[in-house]
This record gives sequence, structure tokens and C-alpha cells, in this order.
Amino acid sequence: MSRTWVTPGGVHPPENKHQSVTQPIGQLPIPEKLIIPLSQHIGAPAIPCVEMGQQVLKGQVIAQAAGMVSIPMHAPSSGTISAIEHRPIAHASGMLAPCIEITTDGADTWIEHEGISDYEHISPRKLIEMIGNAGISGMGGAGFPSAVKLNPGRQRPIDTLIVNATECEPYITADDSAIRERAGEIVEGIKILSAILDHPHHIMIGIEDNKPEAIEALAPHVEGTGISVVVFPTKYPSGGEKQLIYILTGRELPAGKLPADEGMVCINIGTTYAIKRAVIDGEPLISRVTTVTGDAVGTPRNYDTLIGTPVRHLLEHNQFNEQAGGRVVMGGPMMGFTLPSADVPIVKTTNCILAPSYAEIPDDEPAQPCIRCGMCAEACPVSLLPQQLFWYAQAQEHDRLEAHNLFDCIECGACSYVCPSNIPLVQYYRAAKGEIRQAREEKVKSDHARDRFEFHKERIEQAEREKEAKRAARREATQQAKADHAAAANGSAVPSAAPSTPATAAPAGAVPSSSAADIIAAAQARAAAKQASPEDQRAKLERTIASAEQRLKMAEEKLAEAINDDSGKQDKLSAAVENTRQKLEQSKSKLAELAE
Amino acid sequence: MAFKQVSSPHAHAAQNTAQVMKLVLLATIPGLVALTWQFGWGSFINVVLASVTAVCCEAAIVKMRGRSISFYLGDYSAVVTAVLLGLALPPLTPWWIVVVGTVSSIVVAKQLYGGLGYNPFNPAMVGYVVLLISFPIQMTTWVAPLALLPAGTAHPGLMESLQIVFAGYSPADGVTGATPLDVFKHSSGLLVDQVYDREPLFNQAMFAGAGWEWVNLGFLLGGIVLLTQRIFTWHGPVGMLGALALMSIIFWDSGSSSSPGSPLMHLFSGASMMGAFFILTDPVSSAVSNRGRLIFGILIGILVYVIRAWGNYPDAVAFAVLIANFAAPFIDNYTLPRTYGHTDRRRATEKEEG
Repeated sequence: MSRTWVTPGGVHPPENKHQSVTQPIGQLPIPEKLIIPLSQHIGAPAIPCVEMGQQVLKGQVIAQAAGMVSIPMHAPSSGTISAIEHRPIAHASGMLAPCIEITTDGADTWIEHEGISDYEHISPRKLIEMIGNAGISGMGGAGFPSAVKLNPGRQRPIDTLIVNATECEPYITADDSAIRERAGEIVEGIKILSAILDHPHHIMIGIEDNKPEAIEALAPHVEGTGISVVVFPTKYPSGGEKQLIYILTGRELPAGKLPADEGMVCINIGTTYAIKRAVIDGEPLISRVTTVTGDAVGTPRNYDTLIGTPVRHLLEHNQFNEQAGGRVVMGGPMMGFTLPSADVPIVKTTNCILAPSYAEIPDDEPAQPCIRCGMCAEACPVSLLPQQLFWYAQAQEHDRLEAHNLFDCIECGACSYVCPSNIPLVQYYRAAKGEIRQAREEKVKSDHARDRFEFHKERIEQAEREKEAKRAARREATQQAKADHAAAANGSAVPSAAPSTPATAAPAGAVPSSSAADIIAAAQARAAAKQASPEDQRAKLERTIASAEQRLKMAEEKLAEAINDDSGKQDKLSAAVENTRQKLEQSKSKLAELAE
Repeated sequence: MAFKQVSSPHAHAAQNTAQVMKLVLLATIPGLVALTWQFGWGSFINVVLASVTAVCCEAAIVKMRGRSISFYLGDYSAVVTAVLLGLALPPLTPWWIVVVGTVSSIVVAKQLYGGLGYNPFNPAMVGYVVLLISFPIQMTTWVAPLALLPAGTAHPGLMESLQIVFAGYSPADGVTGATPLDVFKHSSGLLVDQVYDREPLFNQAMFAGAGWEWVNLGFLLGGIVLLTQRIFTWHGPVGMLGALALMSIIFWDSGSSSSPGSPLMHLFSGASMMGAFFILTDPVSSAVSNRGRLIFGILIGILVYVIRAWGNYPDAVAFAVLIANFAAPFIDNYTLPRTYGHTDRRRATEKEEG
């Protein structure tokens, strides 16, 4: 018997697990429509690779993984793709998300698939690839892609593999019944994991003592395998990853660290079954065990449910009485969320559909004031002060909330469960976390904006300084040029003497030694050269003369026309002709001057 | 099918605030019975009168604030405050003392600060201190315990007690007298043994003080019930009683004429047990964390002893609790628990880096 450690806090809500284990895992008829959300996991949503109207076979890839942290989606049954659009999904916000709808054909025809039996001789990399291709993500809660979790490239070797069979939430028996009926395959899956992780020193299946049948079912299969089944007292929330690690190892997962950082991998027991199916049988993850329970359904029991099965299908096949209760919960009564409608599909993380009657879970009573009785702090499994967090959440004191470790809250709901004043504490913490995250994002944004603004201001000032320097240099140059001109006039020097002077005068006169000044001087020199070069001047004048001659010719033609037509424009046109002729004369005389 | 949207958790424990308060009320019964047995009907009248006044005050204020009267009266918190005040007041004290004290507790100390959950000070103790400072004579006149009544006299009956309280009749001679803590305070020239020999309050007692030891045992019993029902944790009461015992051992002085009294007398006299289990356990005005409540209790224990031994008042629970109420937010800043995955406790006033 391995030693176990006791976590602080925790609660003992009525277990209500016996109702749903009276019968073996059942099978439902294939639903007419299957709705497969593209995001059933943590990471990037999968990308559809099928078209409307396309025929698909059971197990065929219908959406591909988008990058490293993502998983592909497979058709849970054969049929036709009938929609690729936004649908309501299982999310606490009741939002819509992209889904692929398959209209099933009832034939349930498998695509060709093949597994491998000698996984011991396959490289871990290849096994991980198989798990990734099978679309397996954690089936216990968050839905983290399993292939990513198992991927090597971490800093330290894995010495502890923890298989989470705690199932501490009341009502849920999906893992319990799966272990009872499939213990052999589950242990096979754990062996595959062990091979992938290079045979960790400790392999533990953590399970609460309220599942004696499951513990018994595992016993013959783990014998001689080095896998130990560690049984510990039932207490909610022992199944949280952090809690289970402490219970089994006595070690706390440091804040902000992943189990892999500490040489551990923690995986849900349902996922190990899916891994076995993927590797040995070559089957992707297209179904899971889901508990349907609560007094508002006829026969609480577990079903092997196709992913994408609408909740309606499950409820209707189980004599759901809509009048009996007001809410339908996906997950358990402690952390599950209410569904907006029965159209929501079962996803890879759906372990339970709970339809409680009003007698089981009555409507919430109005919250009374917090009297800081401290029952919440006694119940908190991570040693927070929920009552203080509540006050600071109300007051939106973010610094205080962070100092009280709000972000270490696992939202297990134990505090709200015991609160004698019926305060929805967890809801306050979720809202406060959201506010703080938003404030952080806004701070990053405003920091960027401020940086941008300051850089912009700096750039404008720099440009202004450069302009000012240019102006100064130009003034200098003009004065120099004037002086030169005067000197030239007096000494009847040739104008061609001008170009060289400003070029040398500008740097001498204006601010020396700075590169800006040099550039200005160079520009100044170029400008001066352009102004003064006799060749350029001559060329320019020649161009002017040419165009003026052209214009004169055209004007004369127009004038002739006008005279012929007697249109009354003669005066105007003759004036224009005269004007052009004068300009031409001027240019010609200038050119002559220059030629001298 | 559209379903109701509710946030998790969906399950709730059956306990609610009204039940907690009712349990506290039930736990005061042993103390009230002991008081009535040892000191007559006075405490019972106090408790009933204070409760009626408190409910009226609470209803009036809640109405003025435009809130639901039934919802706010339903939590029984006003009755708890009133019962505790009524138990603390001297038996057979005039009715207006009780009314003034209750109004101070409910209207000033509780509702003016925002009602249940928002009061920084223990309402019952505010009411008590207001009375103690304003009406010292009435507040220090106690009824003599059963064992000390002159031969042939008894405590006044219920009707007679009502006349004393409401019509200002004087109780018979010998019915009123000093408390053990009073006696001790005013016997500085004598050795402890001499005091014990001379004073019937002590020589008629089993171990601490005639009558009073029963009252304290009654409150201890009620307190243990609440502790086993997990209404509060052991930290506050143990902190206070431990500190009080330790202080009285340190300064026991082997019973010289300047000794402030034995540890047993301090633990089982005056309001020690009632204070430890019913007053400083008021969660609203105490520190919040377990460590904080331990420190809060220790602070009260030390203050109670210091005021009893060297202060002007024979008993000190009310003052000690109010002073500690001031300190509670400060204690809270430095007594955060260590959260899972963190190596150190944090301070409440810490700011995030950057």
C-alpha cells in the first residue's frame, strides 16, 4: 500500500454515484446528425478538409490539426457532410463556434484502419504521432492534446506517470464504469504510455475509495506490471491535477509550472483507453463514455457515446422530463456548466450530462451578506482566503487580489458549496480574473501606444531639427552666393566661377563637424551646381526655347483658324501669340548672353 | 428546449446563515440557565428585552434603507447581538439601560456601518462599552450569587424582577453585591489566601468564584458545542484563553498581596468564557485567517489580563475586544496562509512586480 498525503480543505457533497452504475455501459442508436466542433481541446481549432456533400467513412479525418498544439477531428460514423458552419457548442458562455455536421447513413462503415501490437518495438516518436493523428486530447477536463503532453524535448526525464481515476465530482461514473468493464485495455494503454515515457520509475493509478469494484477490476491486470493502484479517501476535489499530485507524491506543483517541469505526467484514465484504441486498434477518438444522470432522466446510466451526438439525442433516449428540473449541466454539479440548449453536441471532454430535478438541485436562494465566517477558507483545497478574495473582487482591488493569489484558484467551487450566505463566490473570481486579464492586456496596449507616441514625437523633433539646420545652411549659402555675385559683378568674373564657391563656403560657414551639416552642405552644393552650371543653364534655355517655339506655332495656327471662322476669339488669341513670341525672344536673348 | 443558465457549483451544502445564528443562540442556553440559576431572573429579562428592542431597531433601519425586512430579519443576526448583550448586562438593571445599549449596538455599531457583515466593531461590545462609560453605577451593580444571599432571602421572583426592571422598585437588601473580579481589585492589602478566607465569594466557591464558575462553565459547554459543529475554529478561543492563563501564571506571584489572582479565577470569572467563545468569535469583526484569529485571540487575552490587573475596570473583555477589532485589518495583512505551490506566505499589501 503506497503512502498518501492529505490535502487541506475539501468538501464531502452527497456522492450520488450509485444511480448510474446499476447497468453496464450502454449503446445508443446512431443519431441522424452528428455535430463535430472544430475546437474540442486547448489550442488551435482544427481546419476542415472535407467539402459540403462529401461522403465520409467512420474514422475518416474531416478536419486537420492546425499546427503543433492542435488535434485532428474524425468522422464518428459514416455519412455525408451536410454543414460546415457555426453552431452552439458546449461552452459556459453559450457561444457559437465552427462545427462540421455529418448526416449519418446508418451503415456505420469504417474506413480502413490498422493498429500495431508490438508497440514496445516502435519508437516513442512514432507512437506519439499515432496518438496525435488519432485526435486524442485529455478526456478528464481541460482537453489538452495528449501528443503534446507526451512529447519529448522537455528539460528533464519523466520519473512519475500519474493516471487520474479519481473522478471526485459527484454523480459522474464514466471512468468508474469504464474501469469496471475495460480494465485490461486501460492497463494496456498505460503500458503504451510507459513505453513512450521510457518506463518511468513510478506509475500510479490514483483512485478514491468509493470505487471498490473498479479497484478490484484493475487488480489482476496491474499485477506484475509495476503499476500501482493507489487508493485514498474520497474528498472533493481530490481529482484536480495539483491535488492528485500532492496526494500521491506529497509534492506540490510550484505555481506556474507544468507537471512535466517536475518530471511528472498526469493523464486521465479515459484517455489511456483512447490511447490503447489508437495504437493497438488504429481507431481514432470518435466516442467516449458519458454518464447521463439526474432525477430528470428515466434511467441514469453510462453510454458509449459518439463524439458529436447532440445532447438531445441522449436525453430523448433516456425519458428526459423537462418539467422536472430547470437546468441541464455538462459535467458534474461542482464544476460543470449549464447548457444553453439540447442542440449542443457531446465533445471529447464530456464525461457527464446531469439533468437534476428541482428537488435535487433547487434554484439558488438570494445571496446574503458575507459574514466572514471562514467556512470557505476551511474548504479551500489550495489554502486561499475566499472571503477576502470576495471582498476585493467586489471592490475591484486588483493588487490585493493578486497578493491573495487569486490566480491559484482552481475554481473547484468548494467555497461556494459551503457558503452559508449562498454567495456565488466562484463567479466573482471568474469575473475578477477576466477583469485583471483585460487590465493587463490594456496595459500592454497602452504601453505600446505610449512608446509609439514618444517615438513619433522624437522623429518629428528630429525632422524639425534637420529642417532647421538645412534652412540655416541655405541662408548661409544664399548670403555667400550674393557676396560672390557682387564680387563677380564688380570684377566682371565669369558666372562659371559660382559653382565652386558655395560648395566650399557652406561647410565653412554653417555648423561644422556634424554629419547632418555635411549632408546639408552636399545638398547645398548640388543645388548650387544645378543653379550655376552653364551647360545646364544652356540646356534648360534651349528646352524652353524649343517648347516656346512649339507653343507659338500652335497659337498662330489657332489664330489663323479663328480668323477664318470669325469666332470672335481673335483678339484673345492674338494677344496670346504676342505673349508667347515675347517670351521666346527673351529666352533667345538669354541664350545668346550665355553663349558669350 | 432552452435551459436555465446558472454558474457552477450547482450543489450547495444545506447550511445557511440563519442556521448558523440559530445554533449560536442555542449554544448560549447553558450560560443563560447558569446565570438564571445563580443570579435570578434578571439575565432572562435582559435577553428578552434586548431581543425585542433589537428586532424593532433592525426592522426600522432596514425599512428606512428600503430593503426587504423579512429577508434581513431572517438571518437572526440582530437577535444574536441582543442575546449576547443581554447576557453581559447586570441582572435586574433598569429597562432603559438595556434599551439604550441595544440601540447603540444595532443602530449605531451595526446598521450605520452598513448592516450585517460590514461592522468593524463587535456590536454587542460597543453597546456594552457605551453603557459602561455612561452609566457606571448601574453597570457595576451585580446581583449576589445564590450561595451568598442572606439566610432566609431568595432572588426576586419573575413578577418582582419585572417590577424592579420596569417600575424602578429596589431589590431587597443583600440581593446585590460585588463580583469576584471586583473583590479582588479592591483587596490589595491582603494575601490571596486571606482574601479567599475572608470573602464568601471565594470560600463558598469550588474553584474560582461563587456563581461565576457555573456561568463560565455554562458558556464553555456552549462554546465546545459550537466548536464541534465547526461554527468557528479553535484558534480564537484557544488564543485568548491560553494567553490569559499564561499571563495569570506569569504574574501569579505565588499569591502575594499584589497578586492579580490565580489562573483559575481569571479563566472562570467575569466574561472570560463568554468572551472567548461567543464574543471574539464574531467573524465579522475579527481577523479572517486561522493564524490571524490565533493572534487576534492572544491579543485579547493579553489585553484582558492587563486591564484586569492594572487597569481601572474589574473586567475587560469588552475593551479588549474593541481594541483588537481595530487591529484586525492590520493582522489580516500579515497573516495570509501559504497557498498551494508557493514557497512563502504573501503580504496582503504586496504589489505585482512591473
